[in-house]
Amino acid sequence: MRPFKYSKADDAGTAITRVSANAGAKFLGGGTNLIDLMKEDVLHPLELVDITRLKYADIAKTATGVTIGSTATNAITANHELIRKNYPLLSMAILAGASAQIRNMATNGGNLNQRTRCTYFYDVAMPCNKRQPGSGCGALKGINRNHAIFGWSEKCVAVYPSDMAVALAALEALVHVEGKNNAKRTIEFADYHRLPGDTPEKDNTLQTGEFITSIDLPENEFADHSYYLKIRERSSYAFALVSVAAALSLEGNRIKQVRIALGGVAHKPWRAAVAEQWLTGKEATEANFRAAAEAELKNARPLEHNQFKVAMAKKAITRALQGAMQGGVYGLEGGAENGMPK
Amino acid sequence: MEDQPKFPDLTDAERRALEDLMPDELSEIITSGLKRRHFLKLITFTGTSLLATHLLGIEQLMARTTTPAPAPPTGVENGVNVAFNLNGRAQTLLVDSRMTLLDALRERLALTGSKKGCDQGQCGACTVLVDGRRVLSCLTLAATCEDKAVTTIEGLADGDTLHPMQAAFMKHDGFQCGYCTPGQICSAVALLSEAKNGEASYVTQHARQTEKPMKLSDEEIRERMSGNICRCGAYPNIVDAIREVHGDKAVAQVWQFADGTI
Repeated sequence: MRPFKYSKADDAGTAITRVSANAGAKFLGGGTNLIDLMKEDVLHPLELVDITRLKYADIAKTATGVTIGSTATNAITANHELIRKNYPLLSMAILAGASAQIRNMATNGGNLNQRTRCTYFYDVAMPCNKRQPGSGCGALKGINRNHAIFGWSEKCVAVYPSDMAVALAALEALVHVEGKNNAKRTIEFADYHRLPGDTPEKDNTLQTGEFITSIDLPENEFADHSYYLKIRERSSYAFALVSVAAALSLEGNRIKQVRIALGGVAHKPWRAAVAEQWLTGKEATEANFRAAAEAELKNARPLEHNQFKVAMAKKAITRALQGAMQGGVYGLEGGAENGMPK
Repeated sequence: MEDQPKFPDLTDAERRALEDLMPDELSEIITSGLKRRHFLKLITFTGTSLLATHLLGIEQLMARTTTPAPAPPTGVENGVNVAFNLNGRAQTLLVDSRMTLLDALRERLALTGSKKGCDQGQCGACTVLVDGRRVLSCLTLAATCEDKAVTTIEGLADGDTLHPMQAAFMKHDGFQCGYCTPGQICSAVALLSEAKNGEASYVTQHARQTEKPMKLSDEEIRERMSGNICRCGAYPNIVDAIREVHGDKAVAQVWQFADGTI
């Protein structure tokens, strides 16, 4: 690992000033991704400003929902009573990610700012526009089994790895950030992460020195009917091939409102807007779930090695919606009937 | 020439010790491999690295063992002074900002129980408890541990009395090579308190129900231990060990010593 300066920040203003003033400086949260990338020489910051001691760890009710602090850990967040009871989708998604050890370390802000797990990004001997703009994309014509089927560009076909963020996309969370000179702004979750386009080096719309202070979860009617389904190559502790956050609000058996977001398929959490629109106002039946998934996946653009993700995503959407109908009880979403293992 | 000592420059005591350890003929190693008796002696005393060093010349080997301990580092680049509680005792240390907690424990504090497996947060062999929660020491910078309480595998037992989880791992043979075991045990100890607090996992049936303590099924134990990889595949026995300590009744062990071996 290359040498760097380490400091602890006592308040956000100091941390933001330090990171704004030094192009080589980064905030250090749990470090579960950053330290790894530094060991691999993918990232080599000159300075780390430790923000884990800042007072942004509260999880509390607000007038419009619940707010979660950026420096609260993933484990504390997933297990907070307010989250378990009111936003079980978020608990499930966080708990589907990483391992117990990593969830104890990782912060909520850091989770949103994870880098891709694309192997070409990690391998410094390979070209990667995200790591080194202009060097090319090794995955576009390379081994792209784990890569995007939506929203990719010739410059980058990587996928974004967070599970938590897929649930936050479905919950239409709001991200509060603070920048230089106390400048605060709020970013709608759909606008926080971005598609690669011509600048895949930018994962999100944060400006230099901006710091996530909290994430707001608006009130909703989804707590009784939501489910996070994650399909991966082993049953735990692996990144998603495809994941689905599904949330329904019902009037009898009619779908009043539905939210569907996919993970593992794009450079950002992918809102399945076509499927949502197709389902709104219809009966909550398996046949309708399947038809909505078909409609969504018509727009998929798979690469050479990841065509399987198209069929997998259709079944996963159907299953996740069934899981939501079953009240979000783990394991009741009926994998076998859909021809898929649990 | 007959009196020429086999190993020059050694004291009599060293020579006797070494001759006792060494096979009569080095060619025996090269042509027919080590006899089991010698092999066991060698690894008992020295570790298997001696096998390779046979061929390098014994003087080098002995010279290496007499090298004085390195002087403490001075003028550390980007040095950070860190004070924390380590297994119940106050500890201060000057570390390079790059030093992980794992390296600080192993290389600076002589606590080699925590293991370096992948060094990338994928295997769990380096698991320790920080402020009572399990974390990966390979991805934790030592500098971030200021004022925290770190518990390693060395800190679990009460004197000569094993922690119940350590005893259960022995009873249930929860390991083969043992390399992942310190991480497995630290992780399992934290798992117990998480279950006591009612913390959920991905396979918890009802995420919205927050009763505590939780009674964990085997599926729950497996999911919660998924951050600790065992290459020997001792998983069923590890689950047995955890179930025994987590539950309220003894779990039968699935093995026993053959008659006459103890």
